[in-house]
Amino acid sequence: MSTPVLELRDVSLGYRTATGWLTACEGISFSLAEGERLMLVGASGCGKSTLLGAVAGFHAPHAGQLLLDGRPVTQPGPDRMMVFQEFEQLLPWKSVADNIAYPRRLAGTPRAEGRREAETLIAQVGLTGFADAFPHTLSGGMKMRVAIARALAARPRVLLMDEPFAALDALTRRRMQDELLRLWRDFGFTLLFVTHAIEEAVALGSRILVLSPHPGRVQAVLDVPDTLEERAALEARIHRLLLPEEVALHA
Amino acid sequence: MKRALALLPPLLTLALILGIWAAFTGPTGLPSYLLPSPSLVGAALWSGLVTEGTDWPHLAFTLTATLVGYVIGSIGAVLVGALVAESRLFERFVYPYIIAIQAMPKVALAPLILVWFGFGLASKVVLVALICFFPLLVNTITGIRGADREMIEMARSFSRSGWFVFVHVKLPAAAPAIMAGLQIGIVLALIGAVVGEFVSSDRGVGYVIGSATVNMNVAVMFAGVLELAAAGMAGSTLVRWLHRRIVFWEGRPSHPSAES
Repeated sequence: MSTPVLELRDVSLGYRTATGWLTACEGISFSLAEGERLMLVGASGCGKSTLLGAVAGFHAPHAGQLLLDGRPVTQPGPDRMMVFQEFEQLLPWKSVADNIAYPRRLAGTPRAEGRREAETLIAQVGLTGFADAFPHTLSGGMKMRVAIARALAARPRVLLMDEPFAALDALTRRRMQDELLRLWRDFGFTLLFVTHAIEEAVALGSRILVLSPHPGRVQAVLDVPDTLEERAALEARIHRLLLPEEVALHA
Repeated sequence: MKRALALLPPLLTLALILGIWAAFTGPTGLPSYLLPSPSLVGAALWSGLVTEGTDWPHLAFTLTATLVGYVIGSIGAVLVGALVAESRLFERFVYPYIIAIQAMPKVALAPLILVWFGFGLASKVVLVALICFFPLLVNTITGIRGADREMIEMARSFSRSGWFVFVHVKLPAAAPAIMAGLQIGIVLALIGAVVGEFVSSDRGVGYVIGSATVNMNVAVMFAGVLELAAAGMAGSTLVRWLHRRIVFWEGRPSHPSAES
C-alpha cells in the first residue's frame, strides 16, 4: 500500500448540546489508500456523519489526528468534496452546467473551459441535454447526479458522500449505485461513503468500517470479497455486529 | 379566451355589488352625503382624472412619497438585516431595539415625524421608509439565517471567505424571503404615505380625502380611495411579477417524470 490519502489516528469527536457535552465517536483510526472505497456503516447516532464532516473540515476533532496526504486537516477545501443526502444541495439560481462548472470557475478556470468540462461530466453522469436546465425542474435522482458531477469537477483527493442515496426510491437508488461504481471505474477517485444500509455498503465498498453506536467506536474493518456468496455472508456478519433492533429492522 | 373566462366570475361579483349599491342609493335611497351612488363616484373620478385632471398632481405626490420611501426603507432593511444576521456583535447591541420598535405601531410616530421633517414630501418619505423597513428587515434576517447548511458548507469547501459565502450562497438563498418582504412592504408603503398626508399635508390623495371629509363630499372620498386601491394593486402586481422573475426557482415542484 502506498502512502494513504487520508489517515485518522485515534480521532474523537463531540459537540456541545443543551444538556452538556456529547461524544459522537471516539478512538477512530483508519487509513484510506488512493482509489479505495471505504464505507462507514453504523446505526443512526454512531457519529458517522460527524466523522465525515470532520474529514471535510467543517469541525475539528477534539482529540487525535486527521491527516490528508500526511498534512493535518484544519479547514474545508476543494480537495475534499462532499455530496449530501439532501436534493437541495445545488444552487437553485444556477443551471446544471453552471452548478457543475462552479468549483472550477472558482479555481480560476476560464468560462469556456469550465463549460466544456461541465458538458463532459454531464454526459458521464447521464444527463445529456440537461446542461441548461435549472435544478427545480429536475427529479431527485437527477439532482443527485448533478451533485456528484459537481463534486467530481473539483477533482478532489477524496470524495465524501453522506448517505447520498437514502432519500431516493429503491429503483433509482440501485441505478445510482451502479452509476457510482461506473464513475469510479472511469475516474478512479478515492471514496469515503457513509451509509446505514448494510447491503449498500457491501455493494459499493472495497472495505467496510463498522461503527458501534453511542459513541461510535470502530467495531470491525472488513474487506469486501468478490463472490456473491461471500458477500451475502459478509452482509449477515455485519447485521449480527450491529444492534439487534437493527437486525430486526432489516429482516 | 381562457383568461377572459377566468375574469368573468369576479366581474359578475363586481356587477352584483354595483347593482346592490345603486339600488340602495340614488334619489329613493340613502342620501348622497352618507353613501353616494356609483354614478356620482364615477363622475368624481371622471372629473378628477379626465375632464379637470385635478387628481393627477395629488396622485403623483402620493406615489413619489411611496416609491422614494419604499426604495430607501427596503435598501436599509436589507443592509441592516444582513448586518444583524452576520454579525453577532451587531445583533447583541441592536437587535433588542429593532424588536421593540417593530412591535410599536409606526403610525403613532407620524405626528412626531411631521414635526421633525416638515409638512412636505420629506416627512412622508421618512414615514413610508420606516413603515416598510421592519417587515423586510425581519424577512432578510430569517432568510439569511435560514440558508441551507449543506449549501453553506459546500461553499466553504470552495472558498473560505465569509464574504464569498454571503454573496454567493446566503444572499441568493435569502432572495425568496426578501422578495416576500418587499411584497408586504409595497402595501405598507402606500399606507404610510396616506397616513402622513392625513396628519398634515397640502397635497396628496390622502390630503384630498381628508379635505373632502370636511366638506362631506363623500363621492370625492370614494374616488380617492379607489385611486389608492388601483395604485396599491398596480404596485403589488409589479412586485409579484419581479418576485417570479428574480426567484424563478421558488415554489415550483420538481418534474415528476423527469427521471428517465
